Amino acid sequence: MTIDWLNFTPWTSLAGGLLLGVAASLLFIYSGRILGIIGILEGVLPPKLGDTAWRFSFLLGLMLSPWVGQWLLPADGMHAPQIDASWPMLVVAGLLVGVGTRWGAGCTSGHGICGLSRLSLRSLIATLSFMATGFVTVFVIRHVI
Amino acid sequence: MQRVIEFFAGLIFGLGLLLSGMTDPGKVQAFLDLAGHWDPSLAFVMGGGVLVGVLGFGIAKRKNKSLSGQVFHWPELRHVDRTLVLGSLIFGIGWGLAGFCPGPALVSMASGEAKAFVFVLAMLSGIVCFDRITLRAQEPLACAKNCP
Repeated sequence: MTIDWLNFTPWTSLAGGLLLGVAASLLFIYSGRILGIIGILEGVLPPKLGDTAWRFSFLLGLMLSPWVGQWLLPADGMHAPQIDASWPMLVVAGLLVGVGTRWGAGCTSGHGICGLSRLSLRSLIATLSFMATGFVTVFVIRHVI
Repeated sequence: MQRVIEFFAGLIFGLGLLLSGMTDPGKVQAFLDLAGHWDPSLAFVMGGGVLVGVLGFGIAKRKNKSLSGQVFHWPELRHVDRTLVLGSLIFGIGWGLAGFCPGPALVSMASGEAKAFVFVLAMLSGIVCFDRITLRAQEPLACAKNCP
């Protein structure tokens, strides 16, 4: 292992992480809802009566963030995305992420940020599990295949 | 008012994802590539998020109701079971393959990334198919502990 110092961005990543914590705290303290992207999406697929307004408000804010970010975020903090995966690979990956997060009842936000903040053992196990296969998968596609 | 706060929670979350580098699959995979040229940045994302989250959820624990007056929807599941672990393991494979997890994929799609759009479509199909299959599978089973 070597450390990629050139692309290492501890400060912008930490600042971004702090914002994630602020958003999760705000949503829970104000509305009493867990900020978990999969949980939020699941409630609008299909929409259930009386439980959708907060989900759509949140998702609207989330979807407008790239547009607002053009003005608010520092230019060096905006990472131009580099997507190596091929189109078929993206379909396979998307299906796995959809099924996996639904089955495991959470993703990086719900288990990773909210769950760990609540000191939930369940979320810690989930987070360690998806991190583990994440590491193994990248090892396989970059160093084995 | 409540809808405005929820809108800002989404906006702040999206800005955090963009600033942190989570919306760049290349950076996510560089973080997951321990054996290669490792970029540890994303450890700081989770660190920062949990740092603030511990304070936020700590405040909530000492209150009976949320500021909007609605009850806190604390997650009810406590136990660690096979579905939690297997589901999370499957999620990690998808995450590693594409470098996208659900939130960043939505944000990337909103910024006009065609590949993120395809990923999100597949992800939503995954969620819907899963729900259909499990609903069908559960019906014939007289499951005492799993059914609500």
